[in-house]
Amino acid sequence: MSDIIQKVKNLSIGFKSKKGEEILILKNISTNIKKGETVGIVGESGSGKSTLALAMMGYVKHGLYTIGGECEFNSSNLLNIKSKDLEKIRGRKIAMIPQNAGQALTPNLKIGYQIDEALQLHSDLNYKEREKKISELLNKVRLPSPETIALRYPHELSGGQQQRVAVAMALAGTPDLLLLDEPTTGLDVTTQAHVLELLNFIAKDTGTSMVYVSHDLGAIAQVSDRIIVMYAGEIVLEGPSRDILKRPIHPYTHGLLKSIPKLSLAGLPESMPGSQPQPGTIQDGCSFFDRCNFSEEKCKNNSPQLEYLKELNTSVRCFHYKKLLKEIQINQSVSKIKKNSKDKEILNLSEVSISYAKQKLLDQIFNRISDDNPTVKDININIKKGETIALVGESGSGKSTILKSIAGLLRTKDGLIRFDESRNLSSDLKERDPNDLRIIQLIFQNPDESLNPNHTVEEIVAQPLKLYFGLKGEELKKNIIDLLQKVRLGEFYMSRYPRQLSGGEKQRVAVARAFAAKPDIILCDEVTSALDVSVQAAVLNLLQQLKEDFGTTYIFVSHDLAVVRAISDRVAVLYQGRLCEVGPSNDVYKFPSHPYTEVLLGAVLEPDPDIKPKLVAEDIVEEKPPEKGCSFQGRCSRIVGDICKTEIPPWQLTNTGNAIRCHIPIEVLQKEQFK
Amino acid sequence: MKVDNIYKEEKKSVFKKVSEVIITMASRPSGFIGLSILVFHIILAFISPYIAPYDFKAVNPTLMLQAPSAEYWFGTDDLGRDVFTRTILGGRTALTITFFGSLIALLWGGLLGIFCGLVGGKIDDIVMRIVDAFLSIPWILAMLLIVSLLGTSTEVLIPALGFFYGKGIVRVARAATHDVIAKDFIVSARARGHSNLSIIWNEIIPNVRDAIFVEGAMRWSWMLLGFSSLSFLGFGVSPPTPDWGLMISNARGLMSFAYWAVIAPIVGLSSLIIGINLTADAFAKALGIDRSTKAPV
Repeated sequence: MSDIIQKVKNLSIGFKSKKGEEILILKNISTNIKKGETVGIVGESGSGKSTLALAMMGYVKHGLYTIGGECEFNSSNLLNIKSKDLEKIRGRKIAMIPQNAGQALTPNLKIGYQIDEALQLHSDLNYKEREKKISELLNKVRLPSPETIALRYPHELSGGQQQRVAVAMALAGTPDLLLLDEPTTGLDVTTQAHVLELLNFIAKDTGTSMVYVSHDLGAIAQVSDRIIVMYAGEIVLEGPSRDILKRPIHPYTHGLLKSIPKLSLAGLPESMPGSQPQPGTIQDGCSFFDRCNFSEEKCKNNSPQLEYLKELNTSVRCFHYKKLLKEIQINQSVSKIKKNSKDKEILNLSEVSISYAKQKLLDQIFNRISDDNPTVKDININIKKGETIALVGESGSGKSTILKSIAGLLRTKDGLIRFDESRNLSSDLKERDPNDLRIIQLIFQNPDESLNPNHTVEEIVAQPLKLYFGLKGEELKKNIIDLLQKVRLGEFYMSRYPRQLSGGEKQRVAVARAFAAKPDIILCDEVTSALDVSVQAAVLNLLQQLKEDFGTTYIFVSHDLAVVRAISDRVAVLYQGRLCEVGPSNDVYKFPSHPYTEVLLGAVLEPDPDIKPKLVAEDIVEEKPPEKGCSFQGRCSRIVGDICKTEIPPWQLTNTGNAIRCHIPIEVLQKEQFK
Repeated sequence: MKVDNIYKEEKKSVFKKVSEVIITMASRPSGFIGLSILVFHIILAFISPYIAPYDFKAVNPTLMLQAPSAEYWFGTDDLGRDVFTRTILGGRTALTITFFGSLIALLWGGLLGIFCGLVGGKIDDIVMRIVDAFLSIPWILAMLLIVSLLGTSTEVLIPALGFFYGKGIVRVARAATHDVIAKDFIVSARARGHSNLSIIWNEIIPNVRDAIFVEGAMRWSWMLLGFSSLSFLGFGVSPPTPDWGLMISNARGLMSFAYWAVIAPIVGLSSLIIGINLTADAFAKALGIDRSTKAPV
């Protein structure tokens, strides 16, 4: 067939272990990429999806080597042609868009120059034509005023703009195939939606085939025609994107889609047990055997083959797919979270402002902070005992900053943090007594960084126990085992080091450490965003279970609105360090809402091809909050006039008990947003 | 889970850890050569007084500047002393003094560096400027000053060398600490309210000690060279104690017709330095802090 541009045949890639065993990263992969189609490759970290994408441009990572098979492009096998011939293909025929454009662009060269370099290499245009082409390319990726952008340096652009430049550079050689390796993963929700829309437009406009690699089914759903699901180095499911997302017939994909929190459903989704096996650990049998609900003896010793179903145009690697064929829809059941918040207030932030500004010498001497326009300003939140309150916003909204101040790690400029209705907590760590420190514990985003790599799990969990309760010997050990069991880890984990644990297990250890202090409040800073999708739900369920057992209060920071919806009782939306909207989570997710919340809700990507993101506002990034007026004035699409620019909007209550800070009357907002 | 059994790893004793590192080091050709040279020199330092064929200070005018022969393997020097005897004995003082010197350097340099890296701010600024000021003074001049004021006894040389070679370690330890300090586990320990000392001991040292040890091993070889230079200039050990630096200095004028008296101590000194350097390199590689890793493409 002539419409196939890339043919992967029986590809296996692997490495040699220290003992000399051959360990496979990719196992016998075969697939085709057709002209003009967008293929999404989805999988967890370590599933081999990036290795596959790189092999498609004839590149095998250092340390890995091709064991068998080929990647055929223009009837030559990219994996064993001369590097000189490869040079002619890369950039001109196959181009790559990297994950982090900020790192992929050279920091000390102007944008225009870098695109020009790509053009010189990959096209035969002369100087005049190239100049024209540069602005044409920048226009195509919808960057405003290409002439000025071309003269800027990468650091002068926002993350979204940098990603657009990377797209423009990839398009410079007019490639037939574009490889995108997690191109939107580091971006804010709103920016991500805009970049995906741009990619869709480019795919249609230029007819380029795309291979889109991502762990995020939501993003994949928006761009791909066909989806390849990878698990432990194998293709487990491949077929048209709509069918895969609506009627997944492989248990892994099925479970995965069930475990992703959705905006439309409040409550925690079911979680998948276990985690993906490490490469080389499974010799025979189905690699998903351990975690599968349908597994039988047969699956343990026989590896299922990829089976092509003609009527569905889908390939599946499972003995039991027929059981799933009957299910017409994914029945996502969620466990409604119990509300056990009492009226008793546990933490009160009043008029809290935090400043990062460098202080003048005089202020340093008098030990005071002066800043007219602080990063975080006027935060008033009253947190009740046993509730989960979520702080939501894009990067730079000050949500983590507020957490740090509550923990005492960052001095506040003004305002009071009051614990338990009576005790004022000092904003300086050194002035807090040990008990004040014990009652507030932190769980961090990335367990790789929050656990000391040179400590065993036992030593990690022992630290708060020794520090706050002075436990020793047998009693200490008993307590550690107890805590590990609470986070569903066995006793044998005690002697392990963090590097021997999977991401989910590490985060459980971090949770155990936080609970070891018997805290009243736990601050969760993006606790699930570094985890794989299939593990995320399990950690959320664990946190919920522990909360019900201990009556702990959570302050949950996240950028993921669907996760927040699943776990929180109340939501506070932040923009530029100012509160926009506070209310019970059910009401925040309903209209009427603050224009910023509306933008955020519109940009959420759901793993459903029928739900498209609504792009309301521009994805510009503001560096500083405005000095006067509403914090959202720069991006608001519903701006009513000068009042937004001069006066700080008042709090308005909706009839559901939701507070919105906007100049537009609630009734008007309601009418506009329901249109 | 299946994965459990495969990745199960018991907590190892310190002895087992050390022996594992040494085995990894010796599995590389360069590491094996380095380790063998170093071990050879250390063994030699211990046994040389018992195997030396002649008295190292016996002067014999009738045997001046004899060429190497079956009787005097490396020949004799200008005072008729046996060069072989003096060469195998000549590393002892240097090895001992520099070994303890590097331990002192490691200790004060490492701890001060970690402390500065952790507290930061003004204290860090002030301490680092003082260290910079000392770094700007040529060490040999400062050493000469100390030695001429306080003498050349071991009690003076060890701390003096330890001090001058520790300055560089301060910088390395501080940089290594900065790598760790921004990690969340330190923030977490701070938020729990651990003291600075407990943070240094529990959280930082386990993560920076490898880098500091490797740096210390490199300093050891530099210090050996430095100490030998001092002896060469006549400010190290005093005659008639056999010492490579001193021997080179004595015999250098007669190099054109009695090369043997110079070559033997030079081979001794440079082989020891090469041995230490190769070992330190292999040590760094075995611990996984190899700086020469290939770029990804």
